[in-house]
Parts: sequence; structure tokens; C-alpha cells
Amino acid sequence: MRRLKFLFSGLLFATLLQAQETFHINGIGDKRDGCYAFTNATIVKDAQTTLTNATMVIRDGKIVSVGNGVAIPKDAVVVDCKDKYIYPSFIDIYSDYGMPQQQRQQAGGFNFNAPAQLTSNQKGAYGWNQSLKTDVHAYKIFSADDARARPLREMGFGTVLSHQKDGILRGTGTVVTLANDADNFLIVKDKAAAHLSFNKGTSTQSYPGSLMGTIALLRQTYLDAQWYKNNPVATTEQGDGVNITLKYFNDQQTLPQIMDPSDRAGIDLWNVMRADRVGDEFGVQYILKATGKEYQRIKEVSATKAPLIVGLNFPAAMDVEDPNDARLVSLADMKNWELAPTNPAAIEKAGISFALTAADVRDARTFMTNLRKAMEMGLSEKAAMEALTKTPATWLGVYDKVGSLDNGKLANFVITTGPVFAERTSILQNWVQGKKYAVNESNWYNVAGTYQLSITSASGTTSYTMDVKSNSAATVIAKDTVNATFNFDGKAVKFSFAPEKRSRNNIRFSGFSNGDSWNGTAEDAEGNRMTWTAKMSAAPVAKKDSATRTNTRGNLIGATMYPFTAFGAAENAIPTQGTYLIKNATVWTSEKDGKLEGTDVLVKAGKIARVGKNLSDASATVIDGTGKHLTAGIIDEHSHIASASTNEGAQSVTSEVRMGDNLDPDDINIYRQLSGGVTTSHILHGSANTIGGQTQLIKLRWGTDDEGLKFKGADPFIKFALGENVKRTSSSNNNRFPDTRMGVEQVLTDAFSRAVAYEKALKADPKGTRRDLELDALVEIMNKKRYITCHSYVQNEITATMRVAEKFGFRINTFTHILEGYKVADKMKEHGAAASTFSDWWAYKVEVTDAIPYNAYIMNKVGLNVAINSDDAEMARRLNQEAAKSVKYGGLSEEEALKMVTINPAKMLHVDDKVGSIKVGKDADLVLWSDHPLSIYAKAEKTMVDGIIYFDREKDAAMRKQVLAERMRLINKMVGEKRGGRPTMPATPSYKYVHTCLDHSHKLGMLEIEAEDIHADNQ
Amino acid sequence: MKKTLLYTGLLSLVLSTATAQDDVYPAPKQNKKTAITNAMIHVGNGTVIENGTLVFDNGKITYSGAAAGAPSAETIVDAKGKHVYPGIILPASTLGLQEISGVRGSTDINELGELNPSIHSIVAYKAESIVTNTLRANGILLAHVAPGGQLVAGQSSVVQLDAWNYEDAAYKIDNGMHFYMPSLLARPGGGRFAALLALLGPQQPADPVKAALDRIEGVKAFFREAKAYHQKDAGKEINLKFEATKALFEKKQKLFIHCSQVKQMLVAIDFVKEFGFDVVLVGASDSWQIADLLKQHNIAVILTQEHNLPTLDDDDVDQPYKAATALHKAGVLFCLNDDDPQNRGRNLPFNAGTAAAYGLGKEEALKAITLNAAKILGIDDKTGTLEVGKDANIVISEGDILDMKSSIISGAYIQGRGIKLSSKHTQLYERYKHKYGIK
Repeated sequence: MRRLKFLFSGLLFATLLQAQETFHINGIGDKRDGCYAFTNATIVKDAQTTLTNATMVIRDGKIVSVGNGVAIPKDAVVVDCKDKYIYPSFIDIYSDYGMPQQQRQQAGGFNFNAPAQLTSNQKGAYGWNQSLKTDVHAYKIFSADDARARPLREMGFGTVLSHQKDGILRGTGTVVTLANDADNFLIVKDKAAAHLSFNKGTSTQSYPGSLMGTIALLRQTYLDAQWYKNNPVATTEQGDGVNITLKYFNDQQTLPQIMDPSDRAGIDLWNVMRADRVGDEFGVQYILKATGKEYQRIKEVSATKAPLIVGLNFPAAMDVEDPNDARLVSLADMKNWELAPTNPAAIEKAGISFALTAADVRDARTFMTNLRKAMEMGLSEKAAMEALTKTPATWLGVYDKVGSLDNGKLANFVITTGPVFAERTSILQNWVQGKKYAVNESNWYNVAGTYQLSITSASGTTSYTMDVKSNSAATVIAKDTVNATFNFDGKAVKFSFAPEKRSRNNIRFSGFSNGDSWNGTAEDAEGNRMTWTAKMSAAPVAKKDSATRTNTRGNLIGATMYPFTAFGAAENAIPTQGTYLIKNATVWTSEKDGKLEGTDVLVKAGKIARVGKNLSDASATVIDGTGKHLTAGIIDEHSHIASASTNEGAQSVTSEVRMGDNLDPDDINIYRQLSGGVTTSHILHGSANTIGGQTQLIKLRWGTDDEGLKFKGADPFIKFALGENVKRTSSSNNNRFPDTRMGVEQVLTDAFSRAVAYEKALKADPKGTRRDLELDALVEIMNKKRYITCHSYVQNEITATMRVAEKFGFRINTFTHILEGYKVADKMKEHGAAASTFSDWWAYKVEVTDAIPYNAYIMNKVGLNVAINSDDAEMARRLNQEAAKSVKYGGLSEEEALKMVTINPAKMLHVDDKVGSIKVGKDADLVLWSDHPLSIYAKAEKTMVDGIIYFDREKDAAMRKQVLAERMRLINKMVGEKRGGRPTMPATPSYKYVHTCLDHSHKLGMLEIEAEDIHADNQ
Repeated sequence: MKKTLLYTGLLSLVLSTATAQDDVYPAPKQNKKTAITNAMIHVGNGTVIENGTLVFDNGKITYSGAAAGAPSAETIVDAKGKHVYPGIILPASTLGLQEISGVRGSTDINELGELNPSIHSIVAYKAESIVTNTLRANGILLAHVAPGGQLVAGQSSVVQLDAWNYEDAAYKIDNGMHFYMPSLLARPGGGRFAALLALLGPQQPADPVKAALDRIEGVKAFFREAKAYHQKDAGKEINLKFEATKALFEKKQKLFIHCSQVKQMLVAIDFVKEFGFDVVLVGASDSWQIADLLKQHNIAVILTQEHNLPTLDDDDVDQPYKAATALHKAGVLFCLNDDDPQNRGRNLPFNAGTAAAYGLGKEEALKAITLNAAKILGIDDKTGTLEVGKDANIVISEGDILDMKSSIISGAYIQGRGIKLSSKHTQLYERYKHKYGIK
């Protein structure tokens, strides 16, 4: 019964607000003008303009006039705003307010063990992929929800841009107010923005199953949409027919494009740069949702020129009192806790246009607390104000309606007790479209102050001085100074105290505020009734506000690091190129010269300048190589480090995906591999499908950004795979073609047959033919502009693949793994393929039961170019030792063995003109070893890339101490937070989400979670 | 003359059997007294004898020392320029319980259930596994074979790697009971992985640490009841699970607790304190942090995989490599293992080589794969060193066995029997050398 009544009253309330012409009224009409005049206020019209003692008049939900000496209409209700401030209410540009609740997010990644969903479940004339939801229009599904509007209003928001946060393309967002009224009145702009993300959300379709697949899908969709728009044939049966998804996509291109680059793995700073690059390719400047970590790479973020939507969700300190818990929290996580509040200031300082959002914070209190924290760290008040008002309004083209207090705009404003961002200010009322919503009305009257309390009883009048500190605290100066229990709710006041300490005579007071005085009755412990009045005699002394102070905690704030992890360098300690003269070392040239004893190598401007005896150069730093060995940097032909995703296995052919789209320059494995002498790594797509993604050759330039890792000028490669992984042997319910090696051969044949036809069509009709990124890559292969490294194990699949290639006129550049290469080495030689193999792996699945450790040796003897690769972040640190195993197994010469990890892979990767050996003119990618480089006792003492020493064992020892010191500083600081009573969260081990090829098990540490395992577990 | 001939004979055994592995027969019992001469003998207890002689007869070592004073022998093996080592012991493996890890049918490792103390790994041990010969070829002559699983997984045995069947292979039966301790790590509560880990769904307990401690308490309760059961008079109804714990309480068997986290290892101390078990930690990647405590409680450690990435980004890049040195310095009894599923244990000598390079030194590193392993497995009365009275489990290497470039095994003996070093790998090698005419 009660619930029904409540519901009914809500309805009544809603219909009372504004009458709708086309709607029937159930009851008696109540049309009002809603004219109010707010007088004597400090009115902050916008971030630039503040009027004191000013008046604002509103009518019909809009601002009529603002200024000093404004005429007050006769029919206006006058609200005296003495001592009050009026601000335009805030705008949240990243909301899903009023959107239907979403279903649970699906795992949706590629999973070896689950059947794939290869086509979209969406019925209708839509596009092929379920995650492209351009048909969703927020204004069509919007419905006001006061339970969700209230907390936003309490934070000071009056307007939001709302959209459905689901899918890679999310359709349009709508600007609505937070009024509690008929939906019809709330929409300020129906289609205000188009929304995108890297997260496929509730789509159950397998593709895309990775970040790079997502990027590829976006890229292809831009091309498809252009084709659909520009080619009449596209919409016919010869083309694609009607495609509603693409039609809407094209329609939405005129809107601001708002991109949330977080993917289903969470928040990765580099996604900001990755997303921006996708937009740049198609001439679109996205407005990007920031990750909160922009301060870590502000230069790169700034270079995107993207406007940012910045959240205020700062991590809480962790409870690290338990040293065993603390041990498992990484320096990067702790530093992020400390530095995350500097993010908005860093963005402002970099001159980036930005808006603030409350989308990520838990509640109203956190929003303001965190905003103030950001200000303590240097965010200016003016920038904060603009970021919450004018900036988002301008982006969305609604600044004529909201975002400042100007005539004709919506009457969306807040009345506050003081400057809106100040610590002790509270928002009293939030007016939306001319309608008042109470927030903290009880603070309207500044209750704090000194009061003269007069109590009148039968025995006469007694006076006390009462010091009211806030709505809930007061002391009374009687015989003693005593604490009163005190409560003021904005109208009613209740308090009690005993005039003497330890006295039982407690007097209880009840009354109301009547303007400038309080009046009420009281009763003492003996039941004597009294009356009382109280009047303020003095205002409270203002306390200094935290927002005007900078970093008040007074604590040292650590500096950022490049990269932002342990063993990253401070900005002033980033290693730079030097001139080095390595003296008197045993130099393993990996060239015809072989091994040179007592030889010097001069490094200049990143290149090997001279090799010889008794060299000198006045400008060089001399490195004594006596008793040491110098080799070329190790090249790992098969690696999966430094990338944010590895497998796009949702389809058997995914040549459109590119590892280069998702490099991760912060991966600690870059540094770890430098410590093992690796300088170049070939980052491959995994082996989940027959035609995998485009690979990326990188140099291990620790501390650089994602683009800086790329090996410039290297030929592009692509990963293929054969056998058990691509036919998904480990799955009992595979439904993705192929399921046999017979099918694998046909997948290849079919793909290249399509590529031949495509190339022909493209030549005949370059404008009318749909650009197909998948087939583009295959055409490049056939034209010898892209090369293959093919995961392979058994001899039949190796032979069959060579035959397919030959049929289409190209060669398999490299067979990788190639554990049965020794059985068909002669055929491979004839074909012209190189071999990149493991030294001694076997027996982890059926296709490797004939793998033998003599494989590399036999292939070498037959005359193949053979490399030893790692495919494993741990083993990559010991590739010199892996190469040494071909001395043990077969008896290869030591120099030939070392070539298997230096010049041989360089040749295989077509970069032997730049790296792989010690030769004048080549890149100074060098390793100084403590011992014979094939020995297990050898340690890389210095590893150099382009003449820059990125790993130095002595420096490493110093850095270990720095890492420990910085860890301890932060642990102590976090412990201090806890002891200081500030909120903490349980210590969370810094789990690492790792990507592997899914081919074999990896030596994962305690805190490493194999990304694909999570999806597998979910089934 | 005679000795040269014999040596050549041994070589031909190594290299010329280019037939199916089925022809690699286990060797017959030693019937001739044999001496290995002119060798650099690494005894395995830290002592190195240069130019030494090792004599063994009836499967036992009868002399180990300087050439002068060595007794005569019927067979002489000249090991000039070579190194002689005790047979290496793989201390934590699933050898013979699994042929191909990707094939369920070839795998007998994990039994169903969480309390399986009566399971015996030895009965599922496949003596003729294709993997075995590849280990022998690298000097590994003994292996500790343990069941896997959850909580109490069953009993392990030590096998020697030259046998027709499991009964011949058995070197020490049921020497260990295996307890796989559940993780005591908090799951991610937020941050980067929250969204993904939320997908793990409701089967995740609200407080996984508490849930794990409850399960460990369940194991303790089992042992308490087992202890009480053993006090009962004869004629009681037989409970196989309780019966299976008898050797553990009598200290004829050790409790191998598989865990790596500091908190887990601290909990493991309970099993020493409350039950008085001989406890060995297996895995134990973080054991270097509590080395002194382990020493104090006489807890031994098997570092299962030294070739591993550090636990945390912040850890020293070589932390796993130098963990052994930290244990050694604290005086903890420890040994090294190789549980890399891609090479199936054969790189154990090189794991020791890495430890040697990162502070342990060569002879201590050798101990960590011979004598220490023997002590931990309870077989040091029979093997682990080249001392008189021990089984003649011997490996001859062309060079330093810990360094892959010189670790070329040219001879090996198990209980005095000269074993073949050929394997499926050498046979396929020969087959394709033949194909291509490689000499």
C-alpha cells in the first residue's frame, strides 16, 4: 500500500512540473512561469567572469538576465543569496545516465577450448560484426531515472552526455539534463556525439578477440563505410546489399567522435596513443577518454593532439602493513597511487584541452575530494571550472544552452556556500531547467558562529555563550566550557548540555530557526520548562582551505620513470648515445673474420665506426674489454614480449591484424632480455590460426615509447601457423575450419586464391573495389613486399605449405619452430626457406614427438640458414646458451653456433645490412660478456643498442638499491595513510596479465596470469 | 691396448644404434670389476680428485682416489681429459607418468579427489618411456616420480633409469608423501584485471585466502585423525587413507609440500611443529626470503625451476638464478630440479650451471643435483657421491657437465651397469645423417 502511494506521488510530482501541450492532464491545470530572482549573490557566470552582489533572474526554466542592478520582475519569487555563490552547473560528458542496464559483460576472447561464434547474432540488415552498434541512439532509449540523477546533482552536475557503453561502435550519445521531469523536456540535443571504444562489450561474437583485432576491425570499418558511401554498387546484391550499420556509421561522421580506449583487459595508457593513431589514419580526431596515467607519458599524450575526458578515480592507498603483502605490490602500482592525483594538473600543464568526468568515481564525496586533491597537485581552479562547463559544452555544440550563466541559456546552476571547489563549501541547491533540487539546504544559513543563548524560566533569565562549530557540534561556555550535543537540519535545531561538568542537570533544547534568530523551548532534568532564544553575535573565523594550498601533505612526491616501472630511468638519467672504445676484447664478429683476440671496437653516433688493434679516439669513453668477449647483439626471431595482445584467433585468416598496433614499451621483459644480451626481437602473432597477424621487429630500446621500439626500415613480415594449434587439437568441440592438416592446406590455398582475384579486381577497378586489409597483406606476400615466418612442426605440413607458396609464386621466408625440419631440410633448401628453431624442446604434444636436439645441426649441415629462437620471455635471456647446445648436440663449431643467434636471424629478417655482426658501418648493437659467450658462466655486462648502453650490470646493481629505497618510501607512506585514518584498500598483488602464443606452457611467475587462461576458465 | 679398445666399444654403443629405441636394452648386471682412470673425479661432496681412479665391482664403488694405490680391475676405462660425476638425480618429476603432455591418454599424474595418501606413483611408472633415455644421455640416472593433484596427492618413489619394468626401476619405494598447498594470495580486487577476473565468476570464494586456510586446516584434521587411528588396537576396521600415513609418522617417509609463497611456507612449518614430519618444500621460489627460518626448522627445499622469470617486475632480474645461493649461505639443505615441460627435465645440469654462475660455485652446484638431492630423497646411503660403498652410479663427461658447450656425456653406469646412451633422438639423428650423407 505504502509503495503504491509513493509511486503515485512521484507521478503527480512529475506531471506538475511542466505541462505538455500534446498530453492529457489528469486533474487541474497548474501552469507556472517559474520566475525567480536570486539577489545579492556572487555569480560566477563562467570561469572568466565573476560578479559580486549580483542578481540573476530566471523564467520558464531559462536565464532571463544576469548582472548588477538587474531589474527584478514583479512576479519573481525573490531568493536572497547574500553570502552565497551561484555557478553554472557542471556537465558530465561521459555518462550513461538514463540508459538501460547492460547485460553482464562476456568474456568473448579467443578460447582454444570453446566453440567459436563466427557470425553476428544481431537480426536484421546490419553489418557483419555484433560489436558494431551504430544503430543505437541514446536519445531513443533514454529515460530519466531520478535515483541515478540525484547523486550527480549532489556533485553539482546539471547536464550530461549520455550513451550506451557497449560495443566497439556505440552509436550516438544524447545531451540531457538531470531534471526529474517528463523525458521529452530533458533532451538538450538528441544526437550530440558518436561513441567508440576498444571494448566489444556484450557482443558474443568471437571476432575480435584481441586489442589488435579490435583496431583492425575499426580500420576495416572506416574503409568499408567509405566504399559503401562512394560506390553505388555497394548497396546492391553485387555489393553488400543494404547495411544499416555502415549507413549510420557514415551519418555519424559529422558528430564529435568520443573514444574510450580502455579494452576488456582494463586500462592501458598506451591505448590512448593507439586509439589516436586509428583516428589519424582516417582524418578523425577523437576526443579520448583518459586512462588516468597520462602523466606517465605526457609528451606522447600531448602529441596526439586529442582532447581528453579525464576521470578523477584515484587509487586508494593499499594496506601494506604486512610485509608479505607489500612484497607482492609493484613499484609501478605504488607510484601510480602517489602520482595519479597529479594527472589532471599534468594534462593542464601540457596545454591539452580537457573535460572532467565523474564517470569513474564511486560517490559524490569522492568526486569533490579527488578534485580538490588534483588541485592540491596543481590543477588550477579556472581549468577545473572550464573542464566541467564550457569545454564539454563547446565540444558538443551546446554552449548556447548550457555551460555558463548567460541570458537565454537553461537555468542550470548551483547555489553554494562559498567558492565551489573550496574544502568547506557545500552545494545548497542544484537548479536544473529552473527547478530547484535541494542538496545541502541545511547549510543555507551559516550556522557556525558564536551565539548568545538566553533561557527564560520561572526563576528568571540566564545567558550563555554558545560556540556553534557546525550543524552537528557546539560548545557552551557556562561555569565550565562544556560540549553540547547539537543538531541543526536547516530549520529545526536540537541540542542539550549540562551547564556544569559532572552535573546531572542536563537541559534539552528544541526550537526552530526563524530568520536571524532561533526560538524554542527547553526542559531540565527536573522537568522545569523554559523558553529560549539565540542570536549570532560573531561569525566564525575562516580556516585556510586545502584547495588554495599546494601539496599540503608536505610529503615528497616521487618522480615519474621511463618506463613507468622498476628499472625505468628518471627523466635526467635516460641513457643516451655515446662514443665508446671497447679495448682489448675477444671480438666474435659473426663475419668472415671470425673471432679476433685482443681487438678494439669503436662506437660512434650509434654505429660501429672501427674494428682493429690499438685504436684510439680522444672523444671516446674507454671500456676495458680485457678478458672479456664482445659479440653482436642477440636477435630473437620468435618472441611475444612487449605487446598488449598476441592472438587474434577468432578466424582462420587474420592477416589484417598487426602486432605493431599494440606494442607495450613498458614490459619489464625488455629490460630482462637486455640483461641476457638480446637487442632485437621479432614480435610475432600467436599460433592460434593459419594466417595470423602481421609481425613487428623491434629493438629493445628500454624507456622509449611504442613507436620508438620499432626497427625502422625493416621488411614487413607476417605469421602463419600449421598443425595442432590451428586445428585446435586441444578443443573437443572445434567448429572453426580447419580441423585437419588437409583443411589447413586448403585455408592457405583459398586465401591466396581470393588474394589473386582481389588484386585483379583492384587493378581493373581501383575505386569500385572494396579495400580488404586482410587480402592486402596476402597480395603484398605474393608481390614479395611482405614475408612469412611460419609456425610449423611436422614434415608433411612443411612440404604442403611450400607447395602452396610455390603455386602462388612466392616462398616461405622462414619456418619457425620447425622441429621436423631435419626430415625435409633438403626440400626446404630447394624452396629457399630459412629455419628458426628451439634447441631441445619436444614431447609436449603429438606433433613434437619426433623433435630432436640435433635438428639445428642437421639443418645447418644441409645448408639452411638456421637460427635459435626463444618463444619464451625467460629463455630469451639465455639464447646464447641455447645456441651453445648445437655444439653439444652434433658438434657445431662455436662460431657457427653463435651465428645462430646473431647474423643468421639477421639474414632471415632481412636486416643483416644493419645488425647481426660486428662490422664497420653496422648499428652499434653490442654485448660485452664476462666470459666465453657460449658458456653458461657468461653474463652480459653491457648491452648496447644504437650505441646506447641500455643494460649495464654495474648500473643495474645501483638501480636495485634505488628500487628498494623507492619501494620503502612508498610503503612507509602508505602505512602512514592507514595510521592517519585515511581510507585504504587491501593490498593487491601486482598481477601481470601476460600474452603467450598458446603453443606450449610458459615459465610464468607467481603473479602472472595467462590472458587466455581467464577465458578458458570461464567456460 | 685393451683399454683403448674398450673405450671405442663404449662410443659405438652411444652412436651406432640407428634402430628403434626398442633396441636400447637395459644393461645386464655388472660382472667385471671396472676402473675409470686418469679422470677428474668430482666426488659430489665438494671434493675434486685430479687424475683419479674410480673402481667399482658388483655395482658398488670400491675405490675412489688417487691413481697410486688403486686396485686393479678387469676392465679399464681411460677417461683422460674427462670429468667423472655421480649420477645426477632429478628430484621432482612426473617421468614415466606422462609420455606426451598434450595427450590425456598418455598421462597418469592427477588422480581425482583431494585426499589420496594411498596412491602410489610407482605402479604407474612406465620404465620404457621415450623420455627416459634422453635424460640418461645428459647424465641424469635417477628420478623422483611424484603424483600431482590437489592437497594430499599420494606417494612418490625414486627410480633408476635403466630398467625393464617398474619393479626393476624402483630405487626407493614410497619415500615421499605429496601435499599441494592451495594458494594464499589475494585475488585482484580492482585495477587492470578486475574486469577480466570478474569473468572468473561466482565460483571464486569471497575470501580465497580464508578458503585456502580452511582447506589446509582440513588436511591437518586428517593427519590428526590418522595419528589417533594409529594408536588404536589391532583388529580395527582398515582405513586405507589412514594406513597410508604410517610411514610418515614413523619418519620413514617425508612430507613434500608443494608451495612457493612465503605465507604458504610459513604455514608449512606447522607440519613440522605439530606432527613432527620431515618436511621438504617443493617449488619454493620465494624460499630465499625465509632461508634462516627453514634452516631453523630443518626444512629442506627443492627449487623446482630455476630458469624462471622473477616474481615481480621489481625483483632483481637474476633473482631466480641466485635463490640457490641464498639458501646455501643460510645452511638450508636444498637441491635443484628442472620441471620445464618442453625439455622434460634433461636440462637439470644447466640449471645447476646457472646457479654456479650466480654465486653458488661449481662443486656446490654439483652437490645441488647429486648429494643434496640424495639426502632430501632419503637415498644418500646408496648414492649421491662417488664414495666407497655407494652404488656405482657414475657419469663420464667430455668437459664441465654444468656448461652445455662441454657437457657431452660419453659414458654412464647405473649400479655398475654400463648403460646405453642412445635414445630415440640419437636414432633419428643417425637416420637423417644417413639420408643427407653427413659424417
